Amino acid sequence: MTHGSRVKVPGLSRVEGEGGLEIITKNGEVTEARLDIYEPPRFFEAMLRGRQYTEPPDITARICGICPIAYQMSACAAIEDACGVTVSDQVKKLRRLIYCGEWIESHALHIYLLHAPDFLGYESGIHLARDHPDLVKRGLRLKKTGNQLMTVVGGRSVHPVNIKVGGFYRAPARGALRELVAELEWARQAAEDTVRWVSTFDFPDYGHEYEFVALRHPSDYPITEGRIVSSSGLDIAPESYDEHFTEFQVPHSTALHSVLDGDKTYLTGPMARYSLNHDRMPPDIAAVAREAGLANTCHSPFLSIVVRAIELLYACDEALKLIVGYEPPDPSAAQVEPKDATGYGCTEAPRGLLYHRYRIRADGTIEDAKIVPPTSQNQRAIEADLRDFAATRLHLSDHQLTHECEQAVRSYDPCISCATHFLDLRVRRQ
Amino acid sequence: MKPTLAVWKFASCDGCQLTLLNCEDELLQIADCVQIANFTEASSAVIDGPYDLSLVEGSITTPGDAERIRKVRDASRVLLTIGACATSGGIQALRNFSADLAPVVYASPEYIDTLRTSTAIADHVTVDFELRGCPIDRKQLLEVIGAFLTGRKPNVRGHSVCVECKRAGLTCVMVAHGTPCLGPVTQAGCGALCPAVGRGCYGCFGPMESPNTPALSRKWLELGVADHGLVRAFRTFTAAAEPFRKEADTHDAR
Repeated sequence: MTHGSRVKVPGLSRVEGEGGLEIITKNGEVTEARLDIYEPPRFFEAMLRGRQYTEPPDITARICGICPIAYQMSACAAIEDACGVTVSDQVKKLRRLIYCGEWIESHALHIYLLHAPDFLGYESGIHLARDHPDLVKRGLRLKKTGNQLMTVVGGRSVHPVNIKVGGFYRAPARGALRELVAELEWARQAAEDTVRWVSTFDFPDYGHEYEFVALRHPSDYPITEGRIVSSSGLDIAPESYDEHFTEFQVPHSTALHSVLDGDKTYLTGPMARYSLNHDRMPPDIAAVAREAGLANTCHSPFLSIVVRAIELLYACDEALKLIVGYEPPDPSAAQVEPKDATGYGCTEAPRGLLYHRYRIRADGTIEDAKIVPPTSQNQRAIEADLRDFAATRLHLSDHQLTHECEQAVRSYDPCISCATHFLDLRVRRQ
Repeated sequence: MKPTLAVWKFASCDGCQLTLLNCEDELLQIADCVQIANFTEASSAVIDGPYDLSLVEGSITTPGDAERIRKVRDASRVLLTIGACATSGGIQALRNFSADLAPVVYASPEYIDTLRTSTAIADHVTVDFELRGCPIDRKQLLEVIGAFLTGRKPNVRGHSVCVECKRAGLTCVMVAHGTPCLGPVTQAGCGALCPAVGRGCYGCFGPMESPNTPALSRKWLELGVADHGLVRAFRTFTAAAEPFRKEADTHDAR
């Protein structure tokens, strides 16, 4: 590559939303690597002001069509926290079940249609299907299984209608869930085969020491609740989030960047979740991970496809267990009366930690809302990786370098639709 | 030569184009019938236009997008809009009803270039067919794609959710339980999902053909819903759709 050049990918493909990337070099060194996010902001936090405390599950679902449950669950957790309500164990388990459906749907989509084509040299899952129809059909059937689970519990898979503050409008019948068992058993096996398949890919030789951030639960692999922990020993309740994490605006992105404890770049998502919680995996799934060559800590973004496959397997396994032990919650939802208070909620979206905070008045009006999605938190880690990764590959042609950097970004499964519209800030600028 | 299909995204959540990928049983068949020429969420392969069929998701919220939609229209033989954002401006059209928040809201508003309003695609270019829903229904999407590829009229009806609700044999949540429901004025297509779980319809498919919104509002007031409750109900996912906008304005003024 020539001195003082600029490599630009104006439109990233196979990611959710609209973004590009830019790498600037001078005298053989990378001076800047930027993830440009130009997705138009939609101002959800501003739109929530003045709405009722019962509305955020339906409204914030519309931030992302791929992970609406994550938004609905973080919103419910935060509002119930403000109102001082703890939901029943049955409601908690049913929430975990529909969340498993979202992990299955989202991870299967990323693995098979968005990420695997990079390793196998195809432009899309549809191109991959021309040579390997059975592989792509397996991926689509896995994805469909997740969508079916979301539909049975939530009414539909994109923007489910059955979720409310306090629980569910109607608890699904035992029989309706049992009908999913055979397909989920198939999916569990297919997910195990997926782990083996993706572990044979040829991974670029690249690694990075990350500061990982994820939820941690006393007994379970984290999905719907837990404390926020990090590689360097952070261990806080969701209500302390704002004391440690700071968001700020940069010119090249309509999504805010975020740092931990003043200046630390950190990573959230499957790699972080797994590295901080591998000891919460059931022994049989831990064994599959070991066989696939996955270490307890994952240092390469390219290997995230293996971690995602392990989580896909976990979500199928967990969904089966939850269906076998299912007791319909009665009542299907706790009564939640508004209180003059602030509430905090954190759950693990497929792409990582999703934080919601609501300030509610006694009449139920929302005074203030804050939402921090995973992709927005990961932007700095993605840029840091791009800088390091590109620096070792400057000998490549611009075309090849561009191609490999785009793959590196895709391995994070960035959701740009999610990340954007968080510009609503009475923020605390840097 | 197979007809070419392009999918375009404007301000949106990706959920409507995801609905195309959620046609798991039909996706590979669709890919056999059409050449997917531009669908960046799913494929890196991009073929230059013109395109036989364009599906447009999202609303117009930036000056750049107002330009881009004209280019998309020029490059498309048939242009279909999919979902509440593209057909009505979507949830982000709530900005149309509030003061300009920019100076209050942005740390550095000079980095951002947005319009004061969120508007439907049809406010900017000619649209051949609008498919409603937040999100759109998978079966309706397949019907509409099939219809345009074979040159027939799509079988998508403009009647209310009530018709679907009755056909599904559901008990009316408003008559039987006094639960406020937007079903009588909302376009069908979802399959009456909300009444099926015992909640009132929240209008995510937008207004039906010739809805009687004042009559429904009177019923809601009888059920104890206040004017500000009616404003919020009509002003959510399709706030800028004319009949809902008008009805919300009426109650906002009271």
